[in-house]
Amino acid sequence: MRIAIVVFPGSNCDRDIFEAIKYVSKKSPKFIWHKETSIENFDLIVIPGGFTFGDYLRCGALASNSPVIRSIRDHASRGGAILGICNGFQILTETKLLPGTLIKNSVLKFLCHDLNVIAQDTLPSPFTWGFKPNTKLNIPIAHNEGNYYVNGNELKKLIFNGQIAFKYEENFNPNGSVENIAGVLSENGRILGMMPHPERSVFSHHNSLDGRLFFQNLIEQLLS
Amino acid sequence: MTKKNTNNECTLNQAMEMGLTEEEFKLICKKIGKTPNLTETGICSAMFSEHCSYKSSKKWLKTLPTSGDHVIQGPGENAGIIDIGDNQAIVFKIESHNHPSFIDPYQGAATGVGGILRDVFTMGARPIALMNVLRFGEIGNPLTNHLLTGVVKGIGGYGNCIGIPTVGGETNFNQSYNSNILVNAMAIGLVNKNKIFYSAASGIGNPVIYVGAKTGRDGIHGATMASAEFSDDTESQKPTVQVGDPFTGKLLLEACLELMKTDLILSIQDMGAAGLTSSSVEMASKGNVGIEIDLDKIPLREKNMSSYEIMLSESQERMLIILKKGAEDDAKTIFKKWDLDFAVIGKIISDKKIILKKENKAVCNLPLDFLVNDSPELSREYKIKKTSKILDNKTIIKTESIKSIIYKIIGNENFASKKWVYEQYDSSVMGDTISIGNKSDASIVKIHNSDKGKFKGKAVAISTDCNSKYIFNDPIEGGKITVAEAARNLVVSGAKPLAVTNNLNFGNPEKKEVMGQIVGSIKGIKEACEELYTPVVSGNVSLYNETNGKSILPTPVIGMVGVIDDIEKIILMNAKNDETLFIVGQDENKFDGFLQSSLYQEIFCDDFLGQVPPINLKKEKYLHDFIIKLNDNKIINSAHDISDGGLLPCIIEMLLLNKLGININLPPRIQTPNKKNLLFLHGWLFGEDQSRIIISTNKPDKLMEFSKSENIKIYCIGKTNNTGVVEIPKYDSICINECLNLYNNTIPNFFS
Repeated sequence: MRIAIVVFPGSNCDRDIFEAIKYVSKKSPKFIWHKETSIENFDLIVIPGGFTFGDYLRCGALASNSPVIRSIRDHASRGGAILGICNGFQILTETKLLPGTLIKNSVLKFLCHDLNVIAQDTLPSPFTWGFKPNTKLNIPIAHNEGNYYVNGNELKKLIFNGQIAFKYEENFNPNGSVENIAGVLSENGRILGMMPHPERSVFSHHNSLDGRLFFQNLIEQLLS
Repeated sequence: MTKKNTNNECTLNQAMEMGLTEEEFKLICKKIGKTPNLTETGICSAMFSEHCSYKSSKKWLKTLPTSGDHVIQGPGENAGIIDIGDNQAIVFKIESHNHPSFIDPYQGAATGVGGILRDVFTMGARPIALMNVLRFGEIGNPLTNHLLTGVVKGIGGYGNCIGIPTVGGETNFNQSYNSNILVNAMAIGLVNKNKIFYSAASGIGNPVIYVGAKTGRDGIHGATMASAEFSDDTESQKPTVQVGDPFTGKLLLEACLELMKTDLILSIQDMGAAGLTSSSVEMASKGNVGIEIDLDKIPLREKNMSSYEIMLSESQERMLIILKKGAEDDAKTIFKKWDLDFAVIGKIISDKKIILKKENKAVCNLPLDFLVNDSPELSREYKIKKTSKILDNKTIIKTESIKSIIYKIIGNENFASKKWVYEQYDSSVMGDTISIGNKSDASIVKIHNSDKGKFKGKAVAISTDCNSKYIFNDPIEGGKITVAEAARNLVVSGAKPLAVTNNLNFGNPEKKEVMGQIVGSIKGIKEACEELYTPVVSGNVSLYNETNGKSILPTPVIGMVGVIDDIEKIILMNAKNDETLFIVGQDENKFDGFLQSSLYQEIFCDDFLGQVPPINLKKEKYLHDFIIKLNDNKIINSAHDISDGGLLPCIIEMLLLNKLGININLPPRIQTPNKKNLLFLHGWLFGEDQSRIIISTNKPDKLMEFSKSENIKIYCIGKTNNTGVVEIPKYDSICINECLNLYNNTIPNFFS
């Protein structure tokens, strides 16, 4: 299992993801600096959370023009798996590798707390297969721009294709996302963007261990 | 004041405009043997400002205990450092950004966070946690809401972006802060003991390096602004507020830590208050050398900046580094990777002077010893005032039921949950956060990768405290209590208290009463820190928190750090069902209680003047040691310090999370309701007597055994149940759901 973590200036969850993956897979992932132009073959590329380039201009917009993005696109076109968490999700929508966009939380505040996300019935995907639909995962969020938006037609398409990976609980949608969406898959199911941080619920001192389940499942699915 | 001709001799008027007194200006002229030019005067004024020189408080700060076996670095460096074993050390400090936060709440608070983080990582430490202590005026007041919203966004804006978790602190409200809010930010970092960096410059001829962001016209003379009272015209001071850029802060953090892995650095210092001036002066004077800087080499953001502006700018995210000779290219490569400015701006010289050049002309030549050693130390007059008023049966309330009293206390803005505030901070980034002070009395952060096999690892515990009412009513006792409570919060979380950082926020020290608060509280802090073995290793003083002559309540904030040597020993504050609650530190013979200076008095008697609950520090220390012993013997299931609001509110706080109930066992003397007993009952339930802790246990027999052999008073409150009702027999029943509702919704209701 070869896993890469892409680091941009302003990434700040790179170490957390590293520790989580290392713990679950018993193997250290490799850090890739955003200026690198050729990426060797990896089974999974992770784009961690943070404030790449200060999130100036628009969250993820500057990072989506970094030199490394071209290799990430190549990886995607080969059907490679990509996981974008929080700011990583924003970068994936900015690069159009995932549909939709992430705007300011409807409450106009940064929010950080634990919540439940619910696994959905999706198209085949290493990120969600292995979870029974409606499985609840207790995972924290920490973001200011997690309000997922797609227009009506695109939303219908997402639902029809089974591209909605995770939802917030009805009445506990923290940011105003359409359809309570917390995570979205690409059309081939190989790319996931999600706002919650599974890497923050992996270790016994964390409030929950559901993030550990998320990574365990992902690695099992990628290996199978 | 425009500074076009900064080489001209300075007049007395100009010097006074920069904040110097006539005597100080005369002293400067005499000592340096010439009339200084504007740039030189600006430098002297910044170094002599209250903010940099601590001239009013220095005399008293010197009396604080600052050493101990575990102290690696006491006050005088960028931050204090304590040894936590395993070749690791904790670097920490608290600093105020009060004045700028009132003028511009977002930027003021954000740069406060940025500044304190640089103080910590400049010593080689990776910051692992942020805390903040905030004071605002009356809640609901539109200005308070505007300031609070801005400050919280500013703290989050910096901390969230740079990726350091904000794990706790305090937010309180009182009308005395209406025009002078307090924003104190604390940072905690972790460093390997053999990789600590200091600021003393060394090596004649070694290059002086400027790294980080460019210098602009922001924050010019901020240190002087922060050393004066406000008037109604604070808007005009906006240019003195710095502007923060957390993204550059993050790059600077990573670049500096990367450079520190090499052996190229000799010394390093953050450009904080008074910018390039204080950093260059302090680095050179600490190293007993001189420094020469070519101002044309400074990376500038704006054109045509004068030498005065360059030296006094407080632009953020900048560092001054002394490198080994020949190390410039290797160091530059690192900063280039992080897209940061890197410039060789001067060199270390043997002559103990600060020499500045611009366009090949000398623009400043000042002796360093004079700037540092001859800065004034004042012996201001002071008067320590004590209030001795006692509440009696006539003054306490008789009309309200216990239920209505407790609901008002829990729904009081100074008691209710501050979730609305802390949810706006990223508290879980870095993955090591264990408690953000909502699950335990102290905030707890795991030492990264300290676990090994079966051993679950170590943690740092941090608490912040200040009860201004106590300090106002009795500065000495109040000072002691502040330290004792901070330590108690650590102990009930399973930690051993180690050391203190303090932030002394007061009004105008030229007033005898205010100076009395400063002197008195320092005396109290000194005594308590000595008795509890928690030396003061860093700190900050913020004076002149006054507007139009009206001073804030005295607010000497204590930030205390402790270590938990095994995270399995962590104690949380929430009781579980079917556990027995005990007061430790009090027995059934104590049925009266100190209502003076309490939250009860403040809410129901419209007043907080009164005698302060006495504290016996030896007893306090003995109690801490007892709790540590109980914990080592696994007798404690949960624990909570009895503080604001007294016994009943603290019991309820322990029951809230699991929505439990309890039948409270009243002492015999107050079991029968009658008018005579009312004072005793209220005192027992709401008095704020010191040195008391509530614990829950499943081993009451063992507890009683220990308390007997150690001669500690305990009192059994009762057993928790899952009724969700707190029963006070013959008096009242309290509904936990209603308490929870008030606890959670009070603050948000002010902002919806």
